[in-house]
Amino acid sequence: MKRTPLYDRHMEAGARMIGFGGWEMPVQYTGVIEEHRTTRQAAGLFDICHMGEILVTGAGSFELLQMVMSRDLAPQKTGKMRLSVMTTPGGGIIDDLTVYKFSEERYVVVTNAVTREKDYKWLLENKSALGITDVSIRDITEKVGKLDLQGPCAQPILQRITKCNLDDIKYYSFLETEVDSLPAVISRSGYTGEDGFEIYVAGSVVERAWDIILEEGGPSGLKPVGLGARDTLRLEAGLMLYGNEMDESVTPLEVAYSWVPNLEKDFIGRDTLREQKEKGLSKKLVGFEMIDRGIARHGYKIVEGDRDIGEVTSGSMTPTLNKAVGMAFVPANYIEPGTEITIRIRENLARAQVVQLPFYKRKK
Amino acid sequence: MAKTNPFDRKYSTEHEWALDNGDGTVTIGITDHAQELLTDIVFVELPKTGKKVKQMQTVAVVESVKSVSDVYSPVSGEVIAVNEELESRPELINQDAFGEGWIAKLKMDAPPELDSLMDEDGYSAYIQEKK
Repeated sequence: MKRTPLYDRHMEAGARMIGFGGWEMPVQYTGVIEEHRTTRQAAGLFDICHMGEILVTGAGSFELLQMVMSRDLAPQKTGKMRLSVMTTPGGGIIDDLTVYKFSEERYVVVTNAVTREKDYKWLLENKSALGITDVSIRDITEKVGKLDLQGPCAQPILQRITKCNLDDIKYYSFLETEVDSLPAVISRSGYTGEDGFEIYVAGSVVERAWDIILEEGGPSGLKPVGLGARDTLRLEAGLMLYGNEMDESVTPLEVAYSWVPNLEKDFIGRDTLREQKEKGLSKKLVGFEMIDRGIARHGYKIVEGDRDIGEVTSGSMTPTLNKAVGMAFVPANYIEPGTEITIRIRENLARAQVVQLPFYKRKK
Repeated sequence: MAKTNPFDRKYSTEHEWALDNGDGTVTIGITDHAQELLTDIVFVELPKTGKKVKQMQTVAVVESVKSVSDVYSPVSGEVIAVNEELESRPELINQDAFGEGWIAKLKMDAPPELDSLMDEDGYSAYIQEKK
């Protein structure tokens, strides 16, 4: 299994480690609940070096990306990020990812850890298939370190160690700047539902960046946070996880990404998605809250009588709300908030209620 | 750090404890070592009173944020009481696994089954070995 440059730091901090997407990562340091609450109340620092970064450069960059991404990248300005979804010819989700535009001929695509190699190969294949010669695609993941700093104290902490004015970085924008004289790309973005930043530095200095940020943020209550709390935080915020809510058998229209594809532009999978939109969906992802006692987890079935009619994709007891919530695929006639669904939890049936996402919204 | 295992009870290989109440019943729970491995417990599925179990059959389920774990009954018997406090305060098992975090009381079918369980020395050595 691969290790990030921060492995020693996690060991020193007494982290419990797990394998995730081929990487040995910290699942918790002091406890999932404590780390989750720290992030919402003060700030949390996450080692996200395992996510993929793919550098796409050259005059043909936009042409390639515009064809493989369902999202319309034409309106994207330099210095902005765009959330996008790459789809197969059948409309299935290859990955959800973010596209950072550094210039007309320089993009970085940030992918999930488990899909990074697949995404890289897909870009190379399509460069060939489309005959775009003036584009270069490089997987620079091993050279890049990524840290997420999230929480209400994230900005004051980071502001003390960067010369740029963080107020200039609006949501889903980024700057090439520095963190304590280490060159860094900072975007205002994240995966927790809190304000915060994704910070990219060279892999060779990410350990120093980690130390500097933790030292500066300690007095404000900043703590390292593992993947366990990352999962409960994103779930509360109504954010999806590739591998749980999405895989290649699911289309963006069936999950909370129906706003992403621009069906007017040409892209791989467009025609199938147009058809699906016309025909209507047979299943749709919804959020739910338990009514009866119990926690519904990934894989548990939604039932009606003796039939399975859907499945839970993610679910847990969430520490800020103190409720058991989750997401599930249900048939199209079950999607209205307030609809009651029945979930099989081991040998029992438990009632839940469809609710609007997100479960948690931070106060602005 | 795990608390020391009390001498007054017996232990199973699946990290449950059984305390002989001296009247044909036992109180059962999971060990401090087990709660440490599970981390924050957020939900306990308690058995119904009257439920009959054989030794090492699932008698309860304990859930952390990320995992679901079966609790195996260290002895055969019938559930005569459950710790209902765990429904609203599952974290009691983390805080006091040997005391306030008790899970159920059973009327034993066969008290000699207790002899098949480990005593405190045996259990301490057992968890050392597993490390």
